Amino acid sequence: MASISVLITNATVLDGIGGVFTDSSVLLQNGKVVAIGKDLSVPDDGVTVDAKGKWVTPGIIDVHSHLGVYPAPGGTAHSDGNEATNPVTAEVWAEHSIWPQDAGFQRALAGGVTVMQILPGSANLVGGRGVTVKNLPSATVQDMKFPDAPYGMKMACGENPKRVYGTKGGPSTRMGNVAGYRQAWADAQNYQRTWDKYYVDHKAGKKDLKVPKRDLKLETLALALKGEILVHMHCYRADDMGTMLDVMKEFNYKIAAFHHAVESYKIADQLAQAGVCSAMWADWWGFKLEAYDGIQENIPMVHAAKACAIVHSDSDLGIQRLNQEAAKAWANGRRAGINISQADAWQWLSANPAKSLGIFEQTGSLEKGKNADVVIWSADPFSTYAQAEHVYLDGALIYDRNDPASWPVSDFELGQPGEGDSK
Amino acid sequence: MNKLIKYSFLGSMLLTQVVDAKNVAIVGAKVHTMSSQGTVDNATVLIKDGKIQSVMEGEPALAGYEIIDAKGKVVTPGLIGASTSLGLVDVGFSAGTNDSNSSLTSISKTGAAFDVSYAINPESSLMAIARIEGVTSAATSMGRTGQLFNGQGALISLGDSSDPIIQGRAFISTRLGNNGADTVGGSRSVLWVSLETALAEAKFAIGKSLTPIDEWHGELSRADIAALIPVVKGEVPLLVDARRAADIRQVIALKQRQPQLNIVITYATEGWRVAKELADNNIPVILDPEANLPFGFDQLGSTLENAGRLAAAGVEVSIGMETHNIRLARQHAGNAVANGLSWDQGLAALTINVAKLYGIDDKLGSLDSGKIADVVIWSGDPLEVTEAAELVLISGEKVDMHSRQSKLRDRYLKLQTDKPMQYVRP
Repeated sequence: MASISVLITNATVLDGIGGVFTDSSVLLQNGKVVAIGKDLSVPDDGVTVDAKGKWVTPGIIDVHSHLGVYPAPGGTAHSDGNEATNPVTAEVWAEHSIWPQDAGFQRALAGGVTVMQILPGSANLVGGRGVTVKNLPSATVQDMKFPDAPYGMKMACGENPKRVYGTKGGPSTRMGNVAGYRQAWADAQNYQRTWDKYYVDHKAGKKDLKVPKRDLKLETLALALKGEILVHMHCYRADDMGTMLDVMKEFNYKIAAFHHAVESYKIADQLAQAGVCSAMWADWWGFKLEAYDGIQENIPMVHAAKACAIVHSDSDLGIQRLNQEAAKAWANGRRAGINISQADAWQWLSANPAKSLGIFEQTGSLEKGKNADVVIWSADPFSTYAQAEHVYLDGALIYDRNDPASWPVSDFELGQPGEGDSK
Repeated sequence: MNKLIKYSFLGSMLLTQVVDAKNVAIVGAKVHTMSSQGTVDNATVLIKDGKIQSVMEGEPALAGYEIIDAKGKVVTPGLIGASTSLGLVDVGFSAGTNDSNSSLTSISKTGAAFDVSYAINPESSLMAIARIEGVTSAATSMGRTGQLFNGQGALISLGDSSDPIIQGRAFISTRLGNNGADTVGGSRSVLWVSLETALAEAKFAIGKSLTPIDEWHGELSRADIAALIPVVKGEVPLLVDARRAADIRQVIALKQRQPQLNIVITYATEGWRVAKELADNNIPVILDPEANLPFGFDQLGSTLENAGRLAAAGVEVSIGMETHNIRLARQHAGNAVANGLSWDQGLAALTINVAKLYGIDDKLGSLDSGKIADVVIWSGDPLEVTEAAELVLISGEKVDMHSRQSKLRDRYLKLQTDKPMQYVRP
C-alpha cells in the first residue's frame, strides 16, 4: 500500500500519551507521524483530510488475539491455537498456525486495530510463542510480522491447564501447575548453563568441543528468562498472580503482563510495584469460577493505583470495538470517583499495549517519528455510535469506511453470500 | 416443612409491601414510553400500587406521591432479557450444578418436557448484577439438553422477590441450524423429520387422554406431548435457532404449512437476505447484532447491518442474547443503531418487542397505564456505553442498587495497609 503525505485537519486529537488537542491537525509523511499542531501544511503531492467534528487517535493495539489461530469458520480443521499434547510446549510458535484469510482481521481493521499480538491458547502451562503482527491483509504471516518486535511467550495460570491435563497425566491442581512452571524454568536455566559453558570453552579455544544440541522448547524458555522474549501470562485470580510474582522472583525473569487479570484490582498496588501490566476486559465475568469476582471498575482501579492497565479482547468480536471497552471502563471508573481523562484512558488502547509488547519506540502514540498508525473516528470514540472511518498503517490508508469498493475481502468470503458487504 | 412455612410467610410479607407501596412520581425526565404516547419531554410518570398510572407532560399536583427528581435524565421501561439462562446458572463451567444444561433421561425423548420453572433461583448473584443495570425481567431457558428441544422456558421478574415467575412454560426452544443437526442425528435430514414427527404427534394428541393406562404408540413421551400441545395450538411460542437463509426459508415454509404456530427465529444471522418473507409471514426475531463473522458455514452472510435491514423490512427485532452479561444488551442495541437500526427500534428491541413476542405486552415492555411499573432512570441515552442506570424500579419498588460486584468494588476501592481486606465491609 502506498504511503502518501496526509494532513488531517480540524480534528480532536488524542496523542495516546495523555495529550488532547482540539481543532488541530496531524501530519503524516513517509509513513511516520511528523507533527500535531494548528498551522501545519501538506506538500503539494499530499492530501488533506478535513476531520471537522471527528477524532484522531493512535491505532488500537490488541495484546491478546487468536485471529488466524482460531479463525472463523471454527471446527477442528481450524483449531490451531492450543498444542494440547503436553503441558509445556514452549517450542511451538503461534505464527506457524496463523491463517491470514480469517475474516476477523478485516473486521478488526474496521474497528481501528492496527497491530495485535496473536497468542497460543491457554490450555498449557507454557503454550508457546506469540507473535506481534500488523493488521495488513496478507497472503502469508511473513508479510504481517511487525519488524523487530520481540516474541511473546504465552503461559497460563489456573483452571485451564489443570482441566485439560487433569485426565491426561497432570497437572490436575493449581499446585501441580506451579510445579510445572518451576520445573520448566529450572530446565531452561540448566540448558542455558550448558550453552554458556560451551561459549566460554569455545572462546578459550578448548579442543574437541561438542556443540550442544538445540532444544526448541528450552531455547524459547531460556530466551524468556533473559528477557529477550516477553512473558504474557493468562491469570485471573489475585492469589494466582501473587504466586506467579513469587515464581518470577525465584527465577529472576519478568512477566510483561497478566492477561484477563479480572482480580487485578485486589492487588493493584503490588502489580504497580512489580511493574507488571494487566490486560483486561471491561466487564466479562462469571463464565468460570476464577472469573467470578470480575468487576467493571477493574481497569480504572488498576490505572488509579499507577499500575499499567491495558484493554484487551481475546475475542474476534471484542477486538472490533475495543474503544467501547475502554469507554465503559472509563465511565464506570468516573462513577466510582476515579476521574481519568479520556486522553489518559487512551493509553489502555495503544501506548500501554505497545509497551508490553516492546514496540513503544515504533508505535502506540502520535509522537514525532513514530509509525503513522492512525485512526480517524466519525465522532468521540468513547461513544457507541462512533465508527472508525479511516485507518492508516505506516501512513497508508488501509481502511476507508466511506469507500466500500476499497474494503479488503478475505479469500474465504469471496464468492460467498454477502461478499464485499458492509460487515 | 419448616422451610415451606418460612417461604410462604416471606411471600405474604412481600405481597403486603407491594399493596402498601408508596405512590411514586418520577418528575422531569425525557420519557420513552414505548407506547403510542411516544417520547415525552419533561414528563411525569405516575406509579400507583406497583403499576403505571400515567405518563404526562409537565408536573401536576402530586399530593400523596413520593417524588423522584429526574430532571435531565432519561426514563425507559425496564429492559427485558430476550434470551437468557438467568436464575439457572451461577458459574457454568467446572463449578458444580448448572441447571441450564442437562443429560439424557428417559422422561423425555426430545427435551420438550423439561421445565425451568422449578429451577429458578431468584437469589443468584446474576440477578442483582443485571437488575441494577436496568434489566428488570427476562426470558430464561436451558442452553443445552443434547436433544431436539431445549425445554420449556419461563418469563421471570428480576425483582428481589421469592416468587420470580411471571409465566412458566412460556416458550419452547429448538435449534435447526448446524448445531441442531450436530445434536440430532448429525444431519438436517434427520433433524427436520424429528421436528415434524414431534409436532405431528402433539397435534394428533390434542383432546386425547394420555394417562398411563391409555394406549400410546407415538415416538414421544407423554411428558413431551403435554409440553408440545400448547406449541402446536399456537398458545406458546416456538423459538427456532436458524441462521443461514436456506434454514430460515425452511422455517418460513413450516409456518406456511402450519400457520397456527407462533414461531420466533433466534440468531437469524442471514435473516436480512429473507427479510421481506419474514415480515410477510409475521415472524419476529431475537438476534445478536454484533455477530458478524462466518463462525460456521450456516453464517456466511453475517453482518452488523442485519438488525437494521430486518427492521427496515418490517420484521420485529429483539436484542439480548446473554446471561452473565445481559446488561450489555443495550450496548448490542447501540451497535445495531450505529449500523443502521433506528434508535427507536433499538430501544424497542430491548423492551416492547420482547414483550410482544412472548405475549406479555399487556403487562410489560412499555410505560402504559395499568402495566407493571418496571422503570429505569438513566443518566442519559441508555444505548450509550458511557451512560448508566441510576435508579431502577421493579413493580413500582425502588431496587437496592447494590450487587456482589458493587460490594467487591467498594471493598477494594481504597486498598488498606493497616488491616487485611477481608475485614473491610463496604
